[in-house]
Amino acid sequence: MSMVYGIRSFIRANLGILTGLVVLCVVIAVLNPNFLTTNNLLNVLRQTSTNLYLALAMTMVIILGGIDLSVGSVMALSGVVTAMLIALFGAPLLLAVAAGLLVGTLFGALNGYVAATTVIPPFIITLATLNIGRGAAYVLTDGQPVRVMSDAFNFIGSGYIGGVLPTPVLYSIIFVILCYLIMNKTKMGRYIYAVGGNPEAARFSGINIRRVKFFAYTFSGFMAGFAGIVLASRMFSGQPTAGVAAELDAIAAVVLGGTSMTGGYGRIGGTVIGALIIGVLSNGLNLIGVSSFWQYIVKGIVILIAVYADVFKRKTA
Amino acid sequence: MPITLPSFIEVERMGQTLLRMSGISKRFAGVHALKGVDFELESGEVHGLLGENGAGKSTLMKILAGIHPVDEGEIFIEGNKVSINSVKDAQTHGISIIHREISLVPHLSVAENIFLGKEPVTKTGWIDWKKMREETRKALQQFGLELSPEMPVKKLTVAQQQMIEIIKAVSFRAKMIVMDEPTSSLTEKEVEFLFQIIGQLKEQGVGIVYISHRMNELFAITDRITILRDGTLIGTVRTEETTTDQLISMMVGRELTQYYIKDSAPVSGGEVVLSVRNLSKKGVLNDVSFEVRKGEILGFAGLVGAGRSELMKCIFGLDSFDKGEIRIDGRPLTVRTPNDAIKNGIVYVTENRKEEGLFLIRSVQYNITIKLLDQFIKWFRVNARFENQKTRQFINELSIKTPSPDQEVRNLSGGNQQKVLISRWLATNPRVLILDEPTRGVDVGAKAEIYAIMNRLVKEGVSIIMISSELPEVINMSDRIAVMYKGGIRTILHRDEFSQETIMHYATGG
Repeated sequence: MSMVYGIRSFIRANLGILTGLVVLCVVIAVLNPNFLTTNNLLNVLRQTSTNLYLALAMTMVIILGGIDLSVGSVMALSGVVTAMLIALFGAPLLLAVAAGLLVGTLFGALNGYVAATTVIPPFIITLATLNIGRGAAYVLTDGQPVRVMSDAFNFIGSGYIGGVLPTPVLYSIIFVILCYLIMNKTKMGRYIYAVGGNPEAARFSGINIRRVKFFAYTFSGFMAGFAGIVLASRMFSGQPTAGVAAELDAIAAVVLGGTSMTGGYGRIGGTVIGALIIGVLSNGLNLIGVSSFWQYIVKGIVILIAVYADVFKRKTA
Repeated sequence: MPITLPSFIEVERMGQTLLRMSGISKRFAGVHALKGVDFELESGEVHGLLGENGAGKSTLMKILAGIHPVDEGEIFIEGNKVSINSVKDAQTHGISIIHREISLVPHLSVAENIFLGKEPVTKTGWIDWKKMREETRKALQQFGLELSPEMPVKKLTVAQQQMIEIIKAVSFRAKMIVMDEPTSSLTEKEVEFLFQIIGQLKEQGVGIVYISHRMNELFAITDRITILRDGTLIGTVRTEETTTDQLISMMVGRELTQYYIKDSAPVSGGEVVLSVRNLSKKGVLNDVSFEVRKGEILGFAGLVGAGRSELMKCIFGLDSFDKGEIRIDGRPLTVRTPNDAIKNGIVYVTENRKEEGLFLIRSVQYNITIKLLDQFIKWFRVNARFENQKTRQFINELSIKTPSPDQEVRNLSGGNQQKVLISRWLATNPRVLILDEPTRGVDVGAKAEIYAIMNRLVKEGVSIIMISSELPEVINMSDRIAVMYKGGIRTILHRDEFSQETIMHYATGG
């Protein structure tokens, strides 16, 4: 019963954007029926997954009242580090993956530490680490992709579970559940809403604001590291140019999902739909044969319309 | 149009009536803030405006400044009936207000601030910087300020910034300047300088409305004083013909309605729970010492800016202090963060519940339980039953009127919001509850309920510190009253010494 209630409240909370997603799917399916094949739908989910990892953590950071621009670069760096450890140093897979995750987490921790202890705006902090991360990836690889010949490594991002479920989609499911639980069932989740909603009240309530900020940015770094490893695995290589502007797609997904850029309000469920809209859009436009140049323009217009509709709905509600 | 700075102001005949406000009334959402008030200002006069917090002084001046529209009444300027509908209107009529908070743009220079919005331009349409600097230099000289026109305002002292505000006002051809507690953050020497400037303005025929609680200042510079109480005009007196005692008795004298009163016997012998010794913070608090006993209500009276909230923020770990000691149950306590205080049973309910207290877009339940999470959330497991039960308990005990525990707090009335905030802190089982203006902006019914809650708590042995600017409230509810003035405790009164006059006497520096 509570499951049914959960689904119902999910639909009610995200009605506008859900409608948008459905309409989008219908339009694309009419123009190209191949869109609705199981294969293609799984494809959409797989293509959406790395953006979703970033967007889930970005949701927390934005609800907190912050922003993390560094995730695209951190993705590249962690992918490169993992790939190099396997390809050049013959490191065991687990160790290489752990190192990649550690790199991401450390970058996040750096963002979080500076955001928590200084008055530098997070936009600037993460703009700086965006450059540092990207630069580090170039320096390490001398600008060249690092190829990895390892079936085990490739399985991480390109494998199937039970022959049907792509591994990245499995991770998506796990992370959506994890982030939902963090935001709705833990103390940290409530504190994130508190700090983003009214930082002064949080301070007057004795909430440890620094710890909350540190957690959210560190988690964002960890997720970027994870996304970087999955992406590298799917490309059979660590590429220093991977994930350019990925942070913007993540922010777009969060905003499409109804999270307030000023903090304090937002839902993980909304972000999932937001990421799906972006995924469906690029998959569908490809199927219809719209050139990738035009796709940017369409994406931009969709973001504007969706967010405007959302603001409009909230004003009249 | 050429900009006119002070040197160009014509000297007007003294004693000419500049302003006459007649029968001014104003209501805010049911509150009768002003009831038919008359006020007059002559040219070359300094007219003091006196009254307790909430007496209507600011409202009256905001009507004059075009910030609030007037409901009833007429305003005459130099004999002509005028209507003031905007700040711009007020400026056109030569009215200028210097607010307690400086309203200059910190990054801009002195000259840019003075000319903000009326920059002189050259024939080609560019800003005439040379003229701006020249005019500013002249004005600064006239007021005896040795400052460069190019100096960014943020580098000036508060007193200097105030002078710039005055110059700015005069440069608008102000005939009337309202000064709202201008000396609250000035040193003695700076006050002296300000008075010299006021003297100059007087000679030029400018009329000045001077809002202040400091008796010595009112006696030093005003010609007449008008006293308001609860939105009503009590009277206008000539300064030379009055005394501090007379002014105080005109200011106070609200009825001590009996429906809320501490109903338990005054506490005298109980054990000391919290004691504060020699607490000092430079420029804010000056050697403050007091103690609170078990089950006692210690009132804190004083005027805005006396340092009451600042003191409590130090005790609660929101602000640091330079010197002094806080003890709980006799053992010394180090408070670096609010949690240090909370762990030791000291909690602080802020006076600004919307800005510093509540999470407005979240539910009643969320707001009540935010300090209780340790008791019902373990990692990913929420004991929803415990949470609901606690929320219901407080909704019932404090009779919070809300359609459901899931209601967003912003949709509640002021009184119910206040009760939600108090619930949050009661949920931590405090031993010392600090209430800062607990009944501000709540209706009469909710007020009575809050007093009932306080009565219940002290019977259960909780100690309460209550900051209140409402004299009847503080007199009726307190066992003792500490009166603060300029960052220090002027006196601590016992029940048999309570009276509005006595408190006001100490609160105004007597």
